[in-house]
Amino acid sequence: MGEMDTLKKEADGLKAQIEAARKAVNDTTMAAVASGVAAAPRVQLKNRKTLKGHLAKIYGLHWSADNRHMVSASQDGKLLIWDTYTGNKVYAIPLKSSWVMSCSMAPSGNLVASGGLDNMCTVVNIKAASPKTLRELDAHEGYLSHSRFLSDTELLTASGDTTCCLWDLETGKQKVIYKSHVGDCMCLAVSPDQNTFISGACDSTAKLWDIRDGGCKQTFIGHTSDINAIAFYPSGTAVITGSDDCTLKMYDLRADQEVNGYQDAALNAGVTSVSLSSSGRLIFAGYDNFNCNIWDSLKAEKVGVLSGHDNRVSCIGVPDDGLGVCTGSWDSFLKIWN
Amino acid sequence: MPGVINMDELTDLDKAKMERDQKKIEVKLERWMMSKCCTEFMEAVQAGVEEDTLVKGIAEDKNPFKELKGGCVVC
Repeated sequence: MGEMDTLKKEADGLKAQIEAARKAVNDTTMAAVASGVAAAPRVQLKNRKTLKGHLAKIYGLHWSADNRHMVSASQDGKLLIWDTYTGNKVYAIPLKSSWVMSCSMAPSGNLVASGGLDNMCTVVNIKAASPKTLRELDAHEGYLSHSRFLSDTELLTASGDTTCCLWDLETGKQKVIYKSHVGDCMCLAVSPDQNTFISGACDSTAKLWDIRDGGCKQTFIGHTSDINAIAFYPSGTAVITGSDDCTLKMYDLRADQEVNGYQDAALNAGVTSVSLSSSGRLIFAGYDNFNCNIWDSLKAEKVGVLSGHDNRVSCIGVPDDGLGVCTGSWDSFLKIWN
Repeated sequence: MPGVINMDELTDLDKAKMERDQKKIEVKLERWMMSKCCTEFMEAVQAGVEEDTLVKGIAEDKNPFKELKGGCVVC
């Protein structure tokens, strides 16, 4: 047997052992455990504000930690920073490349990051006398699909080159590269304790990483297509994923497997984006079919819909205080609901 | 720098080794019973539900996103 065959046989054997170990702890279902919980009330959220200003498809949004400001990115070539209480635009930042795929804001509110088909992540200081580019992080060999700040000095990125990366913003250099996915990385989410992060990729898997040592700790399977969106539950013990296979899945990190699935036979649109209400009870999922569905995490039932966009919902976010949910769309509008 | 590898330079053999090595790490994980995980998860969620605005709703006068009617407030 050649070396390739030996290695493959070994890997297959280990995968079978992993599946057996997962099965061995699979003594119940979330549906059974949650059967005694009262159903979530039918959720009827109203569109309180529509933020108008972008001139093309919106690809990303991210709330500030101050629960009031928000950054959005559009292929009109601009990042806009909004005061969501008044609906006013506070800053408009022109992008060198208009092919933006994501944006994020640092917890401090001082910095925003964006990137896309330019393969770069551009970090801008918005609190300088006038917004000023701090860094152009230029080492990924594929598009930048997602980014999240750990602080004003560290940033995580996910890329179409199949890797994720931790950057030192003081030097502009890569600190850690996270290598294990075999498909484009599409999304990432940081654990509440900031020791780990989870990534979703076009290889249909989600992977949990140790931020500091770069090691992949766990791999979650089950999706049958690209994972476009991912989020941590507030407890830090579970994650939710959204995929082109039209489903969402909850994976428990300690059981190391899927514990709940969210799908509807009538739904044949891919999930583009996902966000959670403050307790984690409600999942907000944006789909290719212009809507956002609201799911009960525990009972896996659809409990509401946000309709109002005239095109794909590409991004969703709930601020830390949980007072509302914002949807961003290819129709160029952002809508705030509660 | 931990983890530096250029994916383009990896041969199929390298990739197969990486997969095998990764599974060797994952097989060692201690997994908790689903009953324990699901119960704890459910309790954590329910503990936060009373304070969860998107589940419970928000009073009009406390809603920071409410439509601002025209007019000014002179202080």
